[in-house]
Amino acid sequence: MSASYETAPEVNFAYLDERTKRMIRRSILKAIAIPGYQVPFGSREMPLPYGWGTGGIQVTASVIGPEDMLKVIDQGSDDTVNAVNIRRFFERTAGVNTTTRTHEATLIQTRHRIPEKPLVEGQIIVYQVPVPEPMQRLEPREAETRTLHGLAEYGLMHVKLYEDIARYGHIATTYDYPVMVNHRYIMSPSPNPKFDNPKMHMNPALQLFGAGREKRIYAVPPYTSVESLAFEDHPFEIQKWPVACTQCGATDSFLDEIITDDSGSRMHVCSDSDYCQTRQDEQSSVAT
Amino acid sequence: MSQSDQSLPLLRVQSLVKSYGDRVAIHEASFDLWPGEVMAVVGESGSGKSSLLNVIAARTQPDAGQVEYLNHNGQLENIYTMTQAQQRLLSRTEWGFVHQNAADGLRMDVSAGANVCERLMGLGERHYGRLRQTAEHWLHRVEIDISRMDDTPRTFSGGMRQRLQIARNLVTQPRLVFMDEPTSGLDVSVQARVLDLLRQLTRKMQLAVVIVTHDLAVARLLADRMMVMQHGRIVESGLTDQVLDDPQHPYTQLLVSSVLQP
Repeated sequence: MSASYETAPEVNFAYLDERTKRMIRRSILKAIAIPGYQVPFGSREMPLPYGWGTGGIQVTASVIGPEDMLKVIDQGSDDTVNAVNIRRFFERTAGVNTTTRTHEATLIQTRHRIPEKPLVEGQIIVYQVPVPEPMQRLEPREAETRTLHGLAEYGLMHVKLYEDIARYGHIATTYDYPVMVNHRYIMSPSPNPKFDNPKMHMNPALQLFGAGREKRIYAVPPYTSVESLAFEDHPFEIQKWPVACTQCGATDSFLDEIITDDSGSRMHVCSDSDYCQTRQDEQSSVAT
Repeated sequence: MSQSDQSLPLLRVQSLVKSYGDRVAIHEASFDLWPGEVMAVVGESGSGKSSLLNVIAARTQPDAGQVEYLNHNGQLENIYTMTQAQQRLLSRTEWGFVHQNAADGLRMDVSAGANVCERLMGLGERHYGRLRQTAEHWLHRVEIDISRMDDTPRTFSGGMRQRLQIARNLVTQPRLVFMDEPTSGLDVSVQARVLDLLRQLTRKMQLAVVIVTHDLAVARLLADRMMVMQHGRIVESGLTDQVLDDPQHPYTQLLVSSVLQP
């Protein structure tokens, strides 16, 4: 994707003014120093509504440099509206180069997925987070949840899992599955499918999380332990599909089910569009 | 219990003072509570009963005075010099707190089973099967039908909610339970059933209880000793039967004589 290096002159590099970026960077540094801890920050109004990734954009804007190669995904895909808009936003305000290739990117902003291709050292992945507090549904008082985090009183999270098993016979939470970071803080992994939870564990890349409406930033530094909560007799499991991707034949990736006509035909394709495309390209080059 | 413990009370309250602005809620309250003893605090509304309970349960800070609790080393420990973490650990392991309104002490949107087991999960129990067994055992003990285990307390009657709250508090086998008018919101027959249950459980588990009530019949039924409060002062205390049958203080006499005899 070609980037125009002309940034609009009336806008500062990457949209946010320098003092705001510095403030956000301080929060990011604190978040990295205390893995999984939610650091409050002065979230700014952004030219898109809350819920569309204002937190992620502010984090990205604060860590991006002119040399960065940016990839933006939404539900694994580079071509959905949220991804296209945020990518274009940074093309226009920061003039950075963008890519859809996971391995080329130095900075990846994501909504609800982690790329299938393993991340490497030096990469940064920024998650858009709607609800940073994993206990919010069970304990609505924020003063109380902060105390619970402070004292590491996490019985409540297992109440949630207990409820799942009592109602459905298994842990039915499939996304936003709570994790324990660095054996200390319970963290919401943003609404990623739980399929992606194991990828966060000991990941070589830096993982940053931004919640714009809730004004919280948290982080998982490289090579940090991230464990999914579970019971001894109901261990954590990731989703499995009985079929392979229709496009590339992958059996190890997260599959989306797509209904293809009115008579109920359906197919499964990789949610990670770059992973799927790369595999298809490899297969066609082998075939020729 | 070892010999040394016998000489010390479970809870020692000394010269407790609490005021809200100019209004004095508790004036120089002192008493000892012994292991396995049930103590009733009676008095009219606004006499400082609930304030006293909240202060000794470390839910609010007093303005002066101290509360000491007998820890496992057999020593009295001031509960206000403990860290917040220690206080909270104490209040969800060795202590219980039964609220007048069960909704204050329960999680109304999670199942009865999870309500009972929350404390255990907080203490690190990670085996679902064992948790279910414990929940079944406790629901049985408080006479709630096992088939209601996966229903939320929102669907329960007042008496069931109160019994569930009791089970939730007793699941960690506490030594000391604070109760704030546990039966006042219930109709008379349900009240009798809850009281009967409380009496059985306190005897069987050797619980020490501080129970705040305005109902002298509750005190008579459950308590070994009682204290009468008026305007923030403890005006009379002694064995329950003694206080009720031979009240000395004018206010106690008034209180006892104003009970309707059916």
